[in-house]
Amino acid sequence: MSNVLQLLLAGLATGAIYALVAAGFALLWQTSRAINFAQGEFVMLPAFFVLAGTEWLGLPFWVAALLGLLLALLLLGLLFKRVIIDPLLPQGVLPVVIATIAVGILLKESVKEFYSAEAQPFPALTPGGNIDVLGAVLSLQDVAVLAVAGLAILAMQLFLGRTRLGRMMQATAQNPEVAEILGIPTRRMVLYTFLLNAALVTLASILISPVYLAKFDNGETLGLVAFIAAIVGGFNQVRGAIAGGFLVGVVDNFGAAYVSSDYRTGILLLLLIAVILLRPEGLWGRAEERTV
Amino acid sequence: MNGLLEVSGLTRRFGGILAVDSVSFAVAPGEILGIIGPNGSGKSTLFNCILGQLRPTAGRVRFAGREVTGLRPSLLSRLGIGRTFQLLQIFPKLKVRENLLAAGQEHRGSMLSRLFGAPDAGLAGAVEEMLAFFRLAHLAETPAGSLSYGQQKLLDIAMAFMAGPRLVFLDEPAGGVNPAMLAELEARLRALNRERGATFVLIEHNMEFVMGLCDRVLVMAEGRVIAEGTPREVRADARVIEAYLGG
Amino acid sequence: MTGRRLAAVAAGLLVAALLLLLPLTLRPYGLYLMSLWAVLTIAAMGLNLTLGYAGQVSLAQGAFVGIGAYAAALLTTAGWPLGAGLLLGVGLGLLVGWLLGYPALRVQHHYLAFVTLGANTLVFLVLRNEDWLTGGVYGIAAIPRPTVLGYPTDHPLAFYYFCLGVLLLVGLGLGLLLRSPWGRAFEALRENPVRAESLGIDTRRYTLLAFAIGSAVGSLAGAIYAPLVQYIDPSPFALGLSLALLLMVVVGGAGRFFGPGLGAAIAVLLPEWLRFSEGLYLILYAVLVILVLVFLPSGLVGLADRLSARARGEGR
Repeated sequence: MSNVLQLLLAGLATGAIYALVAAGFALLWQTSRAINFAQGEFVMLPAFFVLAGTEWLGLPFWVAALLGLLLALLLLGLLFKRVIIDPLLPQGVLPVVIATIAVGILLKESVKEFYSAEAQPFPALTPGGNIDVLGAVLSLQDVAVLAVAGLAILAMQLFLGRTRLGRMMQATAQNPEVAEILGIPTRRMVLYTFLLNAALVTLASILISPVYLAKFDNGETLGLVAFIAAIVGGFNQVRGAIAGGFLVGVVDNFGAAYVSSDYRTGILLLLLIAVILLRPEGLWGRAEERTV
Repeated sequence: MNGLLEVSGLTRRFGGILAVDSVSFAVAPGEILGIIGPNGSGKSTLFNCILGQLRPTAGRVRFAGREVTGLRPSLLSRLGIGRTFQLLQIFPKLKVRENLLAAGQEHRGSMLSRLFGAPDAGLAGAVEEMLAFFRLAHLAETPAGSLSYGQQKLLDIAMAFMAGPRLVFLDEPAGGVNPAMLAELEARLRALNRERGATFVLIEHNMEFVMGLCDRVLVMAEGRVIAEGTPREVRADARVIEAYLGG
Repeated sequence: MTGRRLAAVAAGLLVAALLLLLPLTLRPYGLYLMSLWAVLTIAAMGLNLTLGYAGQVSLAQGAFVGIGAYAAALLTTAGWPLGAGLLLGVGLGLLVGWLLGYPALRVQHHYLAFVTLGANTLVFLVLRNEDWLTGGVYGIAAIPRPTVLGYPTDHPLAFYYFCLGVLLLVGLGLGLLLRSPWGRAFEALRENPVRAESLGIDTRRYTLLAFAIGSAVGSLAGAIYAPLVQYIDPSPFALGLSLALLLMVVVGGAGRFFGPGLGAAIAVLLPEWLRFSEGLYLILYAVLVILVLVFLPSGLVGLADRLSARARGEGR
């Protein structure tokens, strides 16, 4: 029983990180119909900005983290939108898919080439050690991740739901034409979503790197898992993507423990294929009007 | 009723809304039937239910004595029902000739003969005929996407006729067509009807065009058929005027 | 028109001479590269059918190369001729490709990309984990080279000509296929599926066919890849190969017959020119892809078309 609880809590902790990444992915899709196949690399990269800050410039961790956030906003938010998405989106979905795949390769190989091909240790938010929750042993790191990511998700939901700016972004996401008519500056809102996504991946990067170490090819699995989370949850709803993140984290943990660790990604993929075939709008998504 | 097409009690519900509400009508061979009605009166949904794009909630469609309700569009096409869409639908990167070949190729031979047989055997003649009939012969080797709007519209209609269908549904054929081209279009459609006995059902907003071309007109409002008759009768019908003005 | 034809014939002769005569001067490594180019071109041509002509995204082409390679490796190391391996590989490619097409009937572009991406990873996991069949991470060694029409192909030059021969046959076959009504139906499916369906084109069947044929051609390439490298393990058939093949098709020009050959040539030669760093090669390649997408949506072959048209004053 305590074993199950332990797996559940640890799964929720990783799931919370997936949820951040999946939520950003869903936001981009909603506001601009851009599928970001480089989202995994987006999560991999900010950790290296931070490392470059602490290692090369000798900055304290928190300053380096802020610098990393700034760089992420600039490169993964603004530049990504202006240089890749804006020119390609009018050509249709496929060119965007291919271009973001290329961006992913570009980021991955650049880190390998210009920083390191080896996995890099990354400073943890908390000291090592475990705590005991109802008989389940949970690392402090997991507790911190769960708390920080949980707060971030809560804050994002409050921002999107309760503030004027957040509501304007939501309106843009749900129906750009109507938002435009209501006088919402939709172009600026779309830019804000790209910036929000950059912030989300930076946070995810800082949370996940102490656990998995920072490595250039981390994005492959991270991206795949975040996509699966978004699709399983339903990526036309931020809430669906978040729920999907938690679900995927838990399923992954239980699958590895009880079914097969060789096929742990395989289990998630089967989940993905089943959801796409049986409920393409996602478990918590709302069905989009199909015009065939 | 023993028309070429018989629609009975056709209904389509979207959530709580009845987009098409128990519509029945028949089309006789050689007839030109117009369907008019204000925006949102269910005309396009009706087309989509008959033509296999949408599954009707209730009702049946019979074509040439055969039950065809809910069949896939490709099957309906091979049975002899052609259609055009409200917005232009062509293959822009293919040449005009290839557009027409694509429109006719699935109506003869088997899958294997389409791979191993002489390509397009027997189709070339029909293509030339269509090119001449719609005055597109000089553009045969041009990519369809670079034609003018009016020419694309003609190609669009030519494609629907390529396989020699017995019944063709036209969704706003006059939409966006300039007056000079409109006269040409009307003449082409009339000729197809007279010379080849083609039967049409068309949705149209251009009243002059409908009244001039159609033998019979069906008026829809709020998903129902509210009037039916010759253009003259319909024009005089008080319910029709009310549907348009009162909506 | 005759001027254009003349230029095409001259270019064709030049390429033919290059492909036939250049290898005579090359050392084994150069021959290996040219054989690899032929194999990658075949695989990319298969993907070009699915993606470029029929408009269906597949991120699993690398997995099909893997399926073909393992089929050939398993049969030939068990004493069967390569022909049997080719048949098995192509048969499996057709079958799995057909199955992969089913999701395409239900979902659109981006979902399809994910499903095929997932399928690629599943195939990779099977190759890596099912040791009893595939040898797991240790792979399969000592894959023999075939004897073709009585000639052994153990020498790199002989094997290169074998690869080239297969490439020509595949090119001829695909060329005929694309000129048949099937090819036109694939393009109609890409251009406007709703209209195609309304004209009697059974879009479901053609979608499945596009996946099955394109994938089978990928497996065929794999079945020649195995005797080329003579040792295979799962690692080359991970997602990376699928992405690389996709980029080859896009850089060369999706939906252009000669696009894959050009894309594969760049993919094979670029790392040689940039020998000092494999990483830098991928960086440049990724940048090239982005530039091509933004500035040359019809790929490099499309660019060549436009330039030759402009040179003769036909530019629009």
